[in-house]
Amino acid sequence: MARIGVFVCHCGENIARTVDCERAAAALRDLPGVAHAVDYKYMCSDPGQALIKQAIADKKLTGVVVAACSPHMHEKTFRRACASSGLNPFLAEMANIREQCSWIHEDRDAATDKAIDLARFIVEKVKRNVPLETIRIPVERRALVIGGGIAGIQAALDIADGGAQVILVEKEPSIGGHMSQLSETFPTLDCSQCILTPRMVEVVQHPNIRLLAYSEVEAVSGYIGNFAVKIRQKARYVDATACNGCGACQTACIVRKIPSEFDERLGKRTAIYVPFPQAVPNIPVVDRASCAYFKARAKGLKKDACGKCREACSKGAIDFDQVDTFVTENVGAIVVATGYTLYSIGKDQPEGLSGYGEYGYGTIPDVIDGLQFERLASASGPTSGRIARPSDGKEPKRIVFLQCVGSRDPAKGIEYCSKICCMYIAKHTMLFRHKVHDGEATVFYMDIRANGKGYDEFVRRAIEEDGARYVRGRVSRMYRDGEVIKVFGFDTLSGEPVVIDADMVVLATAMRPQRGVQQLAQKLSASYDAHGFFNEAHPKLRPVETNTAGVYLAGACQAPRDIPDSVAMASAAAAKILGLFSKAELEREPTVASVDAAICAGCFQCERVCPYGAVTRVQVRDRLGTVVRVVAEVNPGVCQGCGTCQATCPSKSIELAGFTDEQIWSEINAIVV
Amino acid sequence: MRAPESKIESPGRPSLAEEIRHATGRNPARCYQCGKCSAGCPMAAETSLRPHDVMRLVNLDRRDELLASASIWLCLTCETCVARCPNQCDPAATVDVLREMAVASSCAVPRPIAAFHRSFLDQVQRTGRMFELGLMIEYKLRTGAFLTDITAAPGTVARGKLSFLPHAIDGVKEVRRIFKACEAAAEEGA
Amino acid sequence: MRFGYFPGCSLHGTAREFDESLRAISGPLDLDLVEIEDWSCCGATSAHATNHLLSVALPARNLALAEAQGHDAVIAPCAACFNRLAGARHQIAADGALAGRMAGLLGRPFANTVAVKNVVDVLRQLGPAIRGKVVKPLAGLKVACYYGCLLVRPAAVCNFDDPEDPAAMEDVVSATGATPVRWNMRLECCGGGFSIPRTGSVIRLGRAIIADARAAGAETIVVACPMCHSNLDFRQSAMALRGEAPMPVLFLSELVGLAFGLDADRLGMGRHYVSTTPLSAFAQNPPPGKEVR
Repeated sequence: MARIGVFVCHCGENIARTVDCERAAAALRDLPGVAHAVDYKYMCSDPGQALIKQAIADKKLTGVVVAACSPHMHEKTFRRACASSGLNPFLAEMANIREQCSWIHEDRDAATDKAIDLARFIVEKVKRNVPLETIRIPVERRALVIGGGIAGIQAALDIADGGAQVILVEKEPSIGGHMSQLSETFPTLDCSQCILTPRMVEVVQHPNIRLLAYSEVEAVSGYIGNFAVKIRQKARYVDATACNGCGACQTACIVRKIPSEFDERLGKRTAIYVPFPQAVPNIPVVDRASCAYFKARAKGLKKDACGKCREACSKGAIDFDQVDTFVTENVGAIVVATGYTLYSIGKDQPEGLSGYGEYGYGTIPDVIDGLQFERLASASGPTSGRIARPSDGKEPKRIVFLQCVGSRDPAKGIEYCSKICCMYIAKHTMLFRHKVHDGEATVFYMDIRANGKGYDEFVRRAIEEDGARYVRGRVSRMYRDGEVIKVFGFDTLSGEPVVIDADMVVLATAMRPQRGVQQLAQKLSASYDAHGFFNEAHPKLRPVETNTAGVYLAGACQAPRDIPDSVAMASAAAAKILGLFSKAELEREPTVASVDAAICAGCFQCERVCPYGAVTRVQVRDRLGTVVRVVAEVNPGVCQGCGTCQATCPSKSIELAGFTDEQIWSEINAIVV
Repeated sequence: MRAPESKIESPGRPSLAEEIRHATGRNPARCYQCGKCSAGCPMAAETSLRPHDVMRLVNLDRRDELLASASIWLCLTCETCVARCPNQCDPAATVDVLREMAVASSCAVPRPIAAFHRSFLDQVQRTGRMFELGLMIEYKLRTGAFLTDITAAPGTVARGKLSFLPHAIDGVKEVRRIFKACEAAAEEGA
Repeated sequence: MRFGYFPGCSLHGTAREFDESLRAISGPLDLDLVEIEDWSCCGATSAHATNHLLSVALPARNLALAEAQGHDAVIAPCAACFNRLAGARHQIAADGALAGRMAGLLGRPFANTVAVKNVVDVLRQLGPAIRGKVVKPLAGLKVACYYGCLLVRPAAVCNFDDPEDPAAMEDVVSATGATPVRWNMRLECCGGGFSIPRTGSVIRLGRAIIADARAAGAETIVVACPMCHSNLDFRQSAMALRGEAPMPVLFLSELVGLAFGLDADRLGMGRHYVSTTPLSAFAQNPPPGKEVR
C-alpha cells in the first residue's frame, strides 16, 4: 500500500510567482496513496531536506515526490536525503514544475492546475517504483593514450607519475607529433625540440609507460573500467630488440629521394628511415611502397632484390619477413590525443570543403603553409634553418603571410577560427626577420586573436620591434608572374588596394582533425561533430570527458588549440583518470536496461539500435549443454540508460530499471484520466 | 553549425540592411569587412566606394549616401566579389538593389552611364531588339559625345557589322507590355 | 544535338562573325541550331542595372518562347545572354513568388523547363567529334583562352566548370590541335558594358589582359563573348601597346572552324578590327617546324 510524500517547492519566486504552491499541496494531499503533502520555500536547502527526512521517519513513507525544478539540478540531492533516512533513493523522483510549468506560463490558475497534474503523474509512477541498488563494477588501473604528440605525452606522463600503468599508442614511427616539427614555439621562442625531446625520453624510460609506436588501435570493446583494446603493431621490417640506432642502414639505402613527411615534402628521405634524428624510439622503419627490395619482390625477383640495408646492418636487425602483430590489452580508461592536420588549399578535397583556386590550388611551389615554413626555419630542417624558396633555393627578400586561409571561411566549408595562426604568423615574421635582416614581412589579417598570457605583447613585439608590416584585409587572388608571386590584397584601414610582388607566400591554413579520426571515434563509440572534432561531454563544465564513459580527450582533437592549453587539457584528463582509478570499484546508476531472457525472441533489434554497444548475445543452454537459443543481454557497465532498446523491442522483453513500461504507462494513464 | 540568422526585426521603418536582406536573400550583417571583395574588384582603382565600403554603409544604414554615390553605377557585375566572399554576402546583388532604389528615388546617375542604359532600353522597347545604330545615335544625342568613335564608323560599316535599319519583331507589343509592367512594379516598390 | 538558338542582339550586328562561324561549324558537328522564332533582347547589362524584375522578365520571355517551340535546351553564344537566361531560369526556379508572377507579366504560359547552355560547354562535350572533324590541326599555335566573367560566375547560376580554374575552353582548343597556354588574366573582367559609356576603364583592363597573354607566349586570344571580343578587338588600337605586334582575338567557333579547314571569310574572320590574316595563314601554311601531321 503506497504512502507517498509530496513536497511542493516555491523555489523562492521562481515557482511561487506563477504556481499557487499551497493550493497544489492541498490538492495533492487528497490523492489516493499520498500520505503527506506540504509546500516549502526552498526544498533543496538544509531545512527543506530535513522536512523530507522527518516525513519519511514520521509517516513511514514508501516513496517521495518533490515537485520543484528539473531533476538535472537536484535529483541527486533529494535521493541522497532519502538514502540518509533509510529510504531507497530510487523511490524518490522529481516533478518538474519549474522549467516545464512556472517558467513558461503566465496564467496562475492554469499553471497551478498543470503543476498539480505534473506532480500527480509522477506520484502514479512512483507507486510502481521498486528499490534499486547502485551497480558496482571493478576498474582496471591501466590507461590507454591514443596519440603521442605533446598532449598524449603529457597525459601519459601524468597518469604514469600518478602510479597507474599507461599504454601509449602512436601511429607514426616516432612520438613527438607536430610539435617536433616546429622550429620555435610562441611566446617564448623556445626551441621546440629542445623542450619536447626530454619529455619524449621520459616517456620511453618511464617504468609505468609501455610505448607502442608505429601502432594503431584496431578495435575497442568493453566499458569504463573494463575496456579491451586490440592494437596493431605495424611491421617496421626492423627487429626492435636488435637495432641499436646506428643509422648505417639509412646511409646504405639506394632509394634516397622520397619526399619526407616530417619535412612536409620540402626535403627527401630514404626508403628505410627514421623521421628525424631525435626520434623516439630511434628505430627505423622500411617504407614498403618505396623500398627497392619490396618492389623487386612484388615482381617476383627475389634474387635481384636490393638488400643493402641488411648488408650494412652489423646487428642483423633487418627482417623483411616481419608481419604486423596484434596485442590485446585491458585498460580502464582511454585518452584520445590524436591532434590535428592542416587544411590543404588543393583542388582535391573531402566532402563539404573547397580549395582555394584563387591562390593556385597548391600548384605554386613558393606558396607554402605554416608547417612547411617551420621546417624551413628549423635548424634540423631540409635547409638547415636557412629560409629558402622551394622553387629555386634562393633566399626570399619579401614574404607575404596570409591569415585565415580556410578558417572563418564558410564559403570554403570551415566556419571556425583555428586559434593558433595569429600567434604563429607573428612568430614567423620574427623568425624571418631575425634570419634575413633586410627581409620584408607583410601580414594580411582580419583580426588578431592573441588571447593567452604574454600573447598580445608577442604580436606587438613583431610589429613594433621586428618590423613586420600588418595590413588589415584579405587577399583576393595570387598568381605566379615570372619569378615572383603577385598578391592582390586590400588595406581596409587606409582604404587602398595593396599589390605585392612576393618571393614567397606563407598561408596560415586551418587546423583540422587528424585523418581517419572518424573511424577511430566509431571504434570508441565516441561522438564527433561535422568537422570530425571529438565532442566534449559539456562545453563549459566537462571539457575533457566525452559522453562515452571512460573516454577522455586531450589537445587539438577536440578543437583547435595551442601547446599550453593542450598540455593543461592532458593533465586534466590524467587527473580525471587518476580519480577514476582511485576507487577500487566504480559506481554506476542502476537505471540500466535488462533483458528478460525467458521472453526474448533473439531478434537483436536492441543490439542494432544501442548507441553504446551495451548489448551482447548470450547462449541459453539446456541441461545437456546444448544451445537452445541466443538471446540478448545488456552489460550494466556500458548501458547509459537511454531507453532506445526498450522503445524498439517488439516483444517487450527489455526494460529500463526505474522506467519500466508499467511505470511509464501509469503516468500516461494518469494524464489521460 | 553556423548560428542561425537573427530573427529580430526592428520596429518601424526597415533598415537598409533589412531591405537588402529581403531583396537579395543574403544577410548583410554576415560581412566582416575582410576586404577580399575589394582586393579583387576590377573597378577598385576607379571608385571611391569599393564593394566592402558599400557593405559597410549598408550595415550602418547610410541610405542617402549610397544612393547618391557614383560608385554603385561603376560596378561591372563581374561577380568576382561574389565568387570570393567567405561569407557569401553577394555585394554585386546588393549593388544591383541599390541601383534600383536609386532609380526609384530619382537619384543622380553619372551621365554617360545613365544615357547608355536609357538608350539601350529605349531601343529594346522600340523594336524588341537592340538596334546598335539607334543606340549610338540616341547615346550621342543624350551625351553630346558626337565625335567619339566617329572615325570607327566607316570601318564598322565596311565590316558589315552595322545594320542601317531596325528590325522590329512580331511580339514587340509584348515586350513593351513587359516594360510597362516592370516599370510600374518598380514605382510601387514591389 | 538539337538546341533552341538564341543569337542575341550582338550576333546579328557587331559580333556577326560569332554567328557565322558557329553556323559554319554546326554542320560538321551535327549541331542543329534552331533559331528561336521572334526572340527579343535579353536585357543584357542595362536591364540588370536598373530594374530587377525587367532583368528576369526579358530573358524569361525567350525561355517561354523556346518552351512553346518545343525545345528542351537553349544555347546562347553570347556569354552575357547566357548569364541572363541562366540567371532568370535559376531565380525563377528558386523563388516561388517570382515564378508565380511570370505568366501574368509575360502574357504567355511559362513552366521554366528549358535548360540554358553556353557554347563552350557544348563544344567541350563535342570534343571527340571536333577531333574527328579536324582537317588542319593547328599544331604549334599558342592560344590564350579568355573566359571573362559571365561564363563562369556566379557558379550557382552558370553551373559550368570551376570558376577559379576552368578547363573547358582549353579542352576545346586542345581538340583543334592548338596549344592552350597557361596565363593569369583569363578570368579577369574586360570592362563589360562600359565600352561606350566609360571607355577608359575598358582600355585599362584590356591592356593588362593582352599584355599578360603576350607574356605567356600566346599568338592569339580566344573568347566566347561578344562584349569581351569587342573590348579586346575593337578597342585594341586605343590600348597603345608600345609598338608590339597586334594580338588577334578569335571567337572559339572561329578557331574550331579554322581547324576544320573552312574558308576564313565564311567564318567571318574578315570582320575583325585586329587582322586575323596571320592566323588564317597559319592554318593554310603552318611555318616550318609546325607542320600539320
